[in-house]
Formats: sequence, structure tokens, C-alpha cells
Amino acid sequence: MTDKNKKRTIIPIGPYHPLQEEAEFFKLYVEGEKVVDMDIEIGYMHRGIEKLSESMHYDQSAFLVERICGICSNSHPFAYVNAVEDLAGFEISIRAKYIRSVIGELERLHSHLLWLGLAGHFIGYNTVWMWSWKYRELVNDIFEFITGNRQHYGMMKIGGVRRDIENKDIPQIEKMCDNLIPVLNMFKGAVMDDPVIHARTKNVGILPKNVAIDYCVVGPTARASGIDIDVRRDDPYAAYNLVDWKVIVGKNGDVFDKAAIRILEMFESIKIIRGCLNGLKKEPEGNFDLKVKEIPVGEGIGRHEAPRGEVFHYVKSDKTNRPARHKIRAPSYVNIASNKYAVIGQTISDAALILAAVDPCYCCTERVTVIDKRKNKILMNGFDLIKLSQEKTEKLRKKHA
Amino acid sequence: MNSIEIIKDKLSNKIIKFEKKNSKRYYIDIIPEDIVSVTKMLWSELELRFIIATGIDRRDGIEIIYHFSDDKYGTVVSIRTLLANKEKPEIDTISKIIKGAEWIEREMWELLGINFNGHPNLKHLLLNEDWPEGNYPLRQGQGEGRKDD
Repeated sequence: MTDKNKKRTIIPIGPYHPLQEEAEFFKLYVEGEKVVDMDIEIGYMHRGIEKLSESMHYDQSAFLVERICGICSNSHPFAYVNAVEDLAGFEISIRAKYIRSVIGELERLHSHLLWLGLAGHFIGYNTVWMWSWKYRELVNDIFEFITGNRQHYGMMKIGGVRRDIENKDIPQIEKMCDNLIPVLNMFKGAVMDDPVIHARTKNVGILPKNVAIDYCVVGPTARASGIDIDVRRDDPYAAYNLVDWKVIVGKNGDVFDKAAIRILEMFESIKIIRGCLNGLKKEPEGNFDLKVKEIPVGEGIGRHEAPRGEVFHYVKSDKTNRPARHKIRAPSYVNIASNKYAVIGQTISDAALILAAVDPCYCCTERVTVIDKRKNKILMNGFDLIKLSQEKTEKLRKKHA
Repeated sequence: MNSIEIIKDKLSNKIIKFEKKNSKRYYIDIIPEDIVSVTKMLWSELELRFIIATGIDRRDGIEIIYHFSDDKYGTVVSIRTLLANKEKPEIDTISKIIKGAEWIEREMWELLGINFNGHPNLKHLLLNEDWPEGNYPLRQGQGEGRKDD
């Protein structure tokens, strides 16, 4: 059969699908086993948060944007307070800076562990999935210890943070971080040295550097393709220029590099947290809030390197107590679009993994809910897709055994 | 000579207003007709990264701010332009130069009613396909949010 006679089949993934954390619709056009084209439809999680923010006062907006994403709930308020502080020219206390960075890095740890679990599940390594989600609880325990919450910590506040980390608690937090090191070492060994994982992820779903630049991708997706960007280093905020750490950059842009970068970044996060805790010991307790009363007229831009990449907030204020305009750009907004390139030419059994490799977060992308009653038909055959992916791993495992 | 001085130098005849908010944030006003040539200069020549564009409904028109990031210096350069015709706001697309701008132009088209001339795929991104025509959620006076100003 020549290429021309090949039948093109559409494989729908979504809108509701077990391999996606949230509703999204990918239309894969396949010829035989090979993916030849893809359409991305988003909009299922649109909640109108940018518009809502215009009806809330500045302090409420911090809580509103925390609800954009369930996984990286701290990154939007972090970027938002950065934006308002840029607008007003506030300089927050060093203690508040350290606390902000501790929260930011703890979030990166738990988000990367969550992704690692999902990726493990897609390729049929359910042990990796169970382990990484089990050990993610340790990170949540630290969150509970510091903030009182395991998710939605409510720590970011214009002019500082809402709660202090007391010096008497620091040894306990340090001990909890130390307990994570053997866990991370275990994952590093499990992923970096496993021949089957290598076979499943190396040279799969490659996003070359020039394409990555074209799609303006950010975060681990960009760094895996060899683009050396990280807002934490390039445009320092909070305490990231006060402690010692480095940016991890890959070069191949495949799924393996994306996984490796996330794993190595977790070690850096621990390093940052330790540095911040050491810094906190030297700062006077209780000095963590500017007690801001008024926001002047103007505009400001705030950025934060979330687990998935750069979060961007633009806030414009007039004379009132509410933002006149609040623009939000989540990292997945640019990263998901690049899927179109990465998935074409690959087999369907790899597609699930590639689509997940950017660690997509749709709630962030759309920030807004529109439910389409016409489209409420069931298109899901997703279990088959995961099964297909897991079968491929099983075959490889037998080959390598 | 850092990049912001190069921008100032190269765009000298196109800049209406140059504002340095602080050492990391710059705002440059230009006319809508210059957007493609300015984007080419920032994106292709200086290799800045396109972050996103913000559309704002103002009393005197629709404002678009294109945010570019200079990752070498950690600065954000925001190019501001005002479309005075609020009935039928139009501007040339930059998505032919920057692929990553395709989605945000679709979003601004549906939420603010800005027409991007030459956009390859101008259709709904976030809203439903049967969304009523002429109803732009991010315009002032629509739904929740602020009613005046």
C-alpha cells in the first residue's frame, strides 16, 4: 500500500480522560501507528478569573489566583504579589523573602513528584507511581507543619507573607527535608539507570531548540531543549539571589531530558530550602509583613518560575482598591501548544507520554468554565491508550531481561 | 551597550513615549502600524522572548501591550499600542513572525473583539463556538467586574 492510499484515522483524547489531570481535547490524526497531525481544543476549564479579579480588592485577588491551579497553587499568588510590589515599588523584608522562597521550592518538589508518578504510570511503572505519590506526602507534611495546610497554603500577601516560620521550628523542617534526600536518590537511580525507561523516553517526542524558541516555551520544557532560562536566576526576586543553587539545562529536548531535569531540579530545591532556612536563623523573628494599606496608581509586572515554567502577571491599578486589569499567563499556555510539534511523527503508544511530558496544567491555561452540552458525548477510549503504552514497556522489559 | 539602549537607538523614530519604570521594567509606546516591524526587530534581531500580550479596554480605545523578556538581563520590555477605533479595532498579526503568539491573538480576538489582520487561524480558543457575536467578555460593563471607567 502506498502512502497516498493510507487511511487517516482520528483518535480523540478527551475532553475527559484519565491521562489528563483536567479536561482537554486532543484530536490525533493517525495513519497506521503513526501520528501525522494533531488539533488541540481547550476551553473546558475557562472560569473567567481575569475578569473576576477586576471585581475583587487587591487582598482578595491573592486568594482568587491561588484557586487557578490545584497543583501549583502558590505560583500564581507568588507572581501576583511580585506584580503588585513592582507596581507600588515595595521592598519586602528579607525574612519574608526567605519564607517565600521556601514555600516556592517546596511546591516545586511536590509538583515534580506528582508528575514523576504520572509519567511512571503512563509507561507502566506503577511502582514508581505509587512510590512517588507516597513520598510526595512527606512534602505535604512539611507544608502542613509550616502553613497549616497541605494544599492552598495562603502564604502570599502583598508586602510579605501571612505567617512566620518560627526559629524553634527550623530544626524540625531541616530534618524533614533531610528525609527527602534518600527518596530523591532512589528516584534518580530508578529513572536514570533503567534501560527500559531509557528505551521508552530517549529520542521520543523531541522538541528541537529552534522550535522551542518559536513556540516561546518556558520552564523544564524549554530547559530540556537547551534553552538556558530561569526567572529565578535571570530576574531575581524573593531570596533566590541570596542562596547558592544552579539552573539545570538539558540538550536533547526528549522526554528523558524533561524527566531528568525535573529530578535534578528537586535536589536544587532542597539546596535552596536549606540555604533559606539558614538565612532565616539570622533574621529577626516577626518582621515579615509591611502591612500595606494602599496601592498607588500605575502598572506592574510580576514573574515567578513555577514548577512548569514562568508565570506572568500584569496588574494595572487606578485610584480604586481593585485592579483595573489583571492579565495572567500560565506556563502551560505556551508549553501545551508545542505538543503539536513534539507528537507528530511519533507512534500512538508514545503519544500519551509525550503529551504528558510538558506537565500540562489546563486550569492554569484557561483560567476560566464553559460547558458544552452538545459535545458532552463520550469520546474516551483513553484506558486503551494507557494500556497500549504499558504493553510497549512490557515488551521492552522482556527484551531487556 | 545593553539591549535596552540598542532598542532605544534602533526604534528612535518609532517611539512615541519611553518609560523606565525601574531597572528591570520598560514600557515603550508605538503606533499600531509599526507593530510588525518593531516585533521583527525585537524578536529576530535582538532575540528577545515573547511572553504574552495584554489587551485592555480603555475609555479612549483598546490598548494592547506586547510583553517581551530579555533573559540575558532579566528585563521585561513592554510595547504598548492604542487602537483608537473602538467599534472596529484592527491590527496586523505578529503570529506569522512568532508562532507562540497565535493563541493569545485568538484569545484577544474572542474576549476583546480585536481583529488581527492576516492571522492564519482566527477562531475561538477558550469560548464556545456558538458564543454570541459581538459579546466580548473582557470589555468594560460585561458581566461581573467593573461597570464604569
